[in-house]
Amino acid sequence: MRKTLQQGLLRAALSEPPPTRIDDPAVITLARTLDGAAQRTLGRSLSLRTVDAGSCNGCELEINALNNAFYDLERFGLRIVASPRHADVLTVTGPVTHNMRQALERTYHAMPHPKWVVAVGGCARDGGMFAASPLCAGGVAAVLPVDLWIAGCPPTPLALLSGLLTLLRRPSSGGPPRGR
Amino acid sequence: MSGWEDAGARLAGGTASLVSLWGERGRVHAALLEGDSVEHLALDCPDGRFPSLGRVHAPAIRLERAARDLYGLEPIGLPDMRPWLDHGPEPTAYPFLPVEGENLHQVPVGPVHAGIIEPGHFRLTCDGETVVRLEERLGYVHRGVDRLMEGAELDWAARLAGRISGDSTVAYALAFARAAEQAIGCAPPPRAVWLRALMAELERLANHLGDIGAISNDASFGLMQAHCAILRERVLRVSDACFGHRLMMDCVLPGGTACDLSAEGAALLRALVGEVRTRFAPLVNLYDLTASLQDRTVGTGILRPELARQFGAGGYVGRASGRDFDARRAPGYAPYDVLAFEVPVLAEGDVNARVWIRIKEIEQSLRLVEQLLDALPEGSIRSEVVADTGEGMALVEGFRGDVFVWLRLDAGRVVHCHARDPSWFQWPLLETAIEGNIVADFPLCNKSFNCSYAGHDL
Repeated sequence: MRKTLQQGLLRAALSEPPPTRIDDPAVITLARTLDGAAQRTLGRSLSLRTVDAGSCNGCELEINALNNAFYDLERFGLRIVASPRHADVLTVTGPVTHNMRQALERTYHAMPHPKWVVAVGGCARDGGMFAASPLCAGGVAAVLPVDLWIAGCPPTPLALLSGLLTLLRRPSSGGPPRGR
Repeated sequence: MSGWEDAGARLAGGTASLVSLWGERGRVHAALLEGDSVEHLALDCPDGRFPSLGRVHAPAIRLERAARDLYGLEPIGLPDMRPWLDHGPEPTAYPFLPVEGENLHQVPVGPVHAGIIEPGHFRLTCDGETVVRLEERLGYVHRGVDRLMEGAELDWAARLAGRISGDSTVAYALAFARAAEQAIGCAPPPRAVWLRALMAELERLANHLGDIGAISNDASFGLMQAHCAILRERVLRVSDACFGHRLMMDCVLPGGTACDLSAEGAALLRALVGEVRTRFAPLVNLYDLTASLQDRTVGTGILRPELARQFGAGGYVGRASGRDFDARRAPGYAPYDVLAFEVPVLAEGDVNARVWIRIKEIEQSLRLVEQLLDALPEGSIRSEVVADTGEGMALVEGFRGDVFVWLRLDAGRVVHCHARDPSWFQWPLLETAIEGNIVADFPLCNKSFNCSYAGHDL
């Protein structure tokens, strides 16, 4: 183990610079104007809780990838937390199945105010390929007030990062927060 | 009728194992594996009833419960008549099996879990720290795939098949494509067959690397996770560079593939194989020599070989418990018949064995990627797909185990399509593997099985 740790210290860091365009309209859609409220309240720290509401697990794989050394989510002050009680932001994947609807609503209501909802992926946006299913609500907006949509099937980790950083960006500065 | 009941006898007697059981309107189907071949049975049930196979063969129970929920077919004699995928109007009202005994307490877990995983409910009954019974409740991500498939255009249905379980998108798309090609008598060009295998091996590599890291992480050994996640990301990036999608969604289509491999792509893949080989070997060493990690994985969550055999458990779950089965070898499909690879099998059946099967399969997949690149045929990548009519089925070895697809086409549209995830026969075994282990080891056991929720819930 000592050797692995030593080599890790000697190798250059793998973390990559943050995405330069964090408001790419092809990737991110603001459902509601954030008017600086999110940025003022959250500062540079954001706790996320993720709920899979019927995803194929592709979105989960890419959200998980945010924790790897290349994207290193936590350097931006973004943290994925284990309980909705600790969360500022709820990220939801999937078309919201009938069987997950109640659990999703309960998770949302368990979060303290103020809170934001981010719909991740094509299914969460409008049901995606499952839009016609009577067993799905056809997207997160049918169940919860959505603040932000991140497109992709599944969204790449870079798209996810761009979207989440939008919540932290100060409206005046325009640029992304600097990662450390 | 006699063929159906004979099937029950063969399953109960252990000469055949169940590949799947599914319903459609007024008919029930089963697929059995005997020797190296898969046999398909269908039974008309005009009165909506059929003799339960679950009555004599436990692995059929959940599949029959699902067929009852989805198509209203009544399995006569089924020992468990509770709904399965259909949660009804009040999802919390579900009669869990009663547990009796002194000093027992229950720990309900899910459907929303602490990590970033799919939803499912686990009801753990414990005596102190020891789990005496686990009961699963699944179906939370039931999206209605069967109904969406009905009447769908072939290409759209193929894309939907690739979204039944996102981590196995290549395996599903391949199983769907092969079943469709059998139905309409279409042969994909050789280059496409080899490219598909290349994608399938990349998918296996990425998932196994992710799993080994995640299992170690669930034993609080984050170092392993950090390194494995880097290798996984490398595989995904090269997949993206070669085929245009990190998970290779929509890259396999009926008739061939959607994208070709360039010379630059092939060079990237060769470099990737070299890098994974160099970096992975010390990690295997690290896994094997870290006593605190071994302490958690060795002897934990043992799955008995007779249960793995009875349930026909596929993938690392079966192979870590002595079940020597790999759909790439038998029944087998091209191009694996001309490639050299070994199927690792262990008998211990614990978390450690399931990790080691993955480690050995990573080595085999690297070998396969090299062989596929060395002899990749030239030519086109897609054959013409005619709007024909027919039935077809296919068994494909995904990273998790064998994915089965059966479908019927009518003039280029899907009449009915059934996809069976390997998890159907792995989830019930997790319930037995956890027995007698401590609650804290449940995440570890669960991750070592890594069953799909979406693939199971459909």
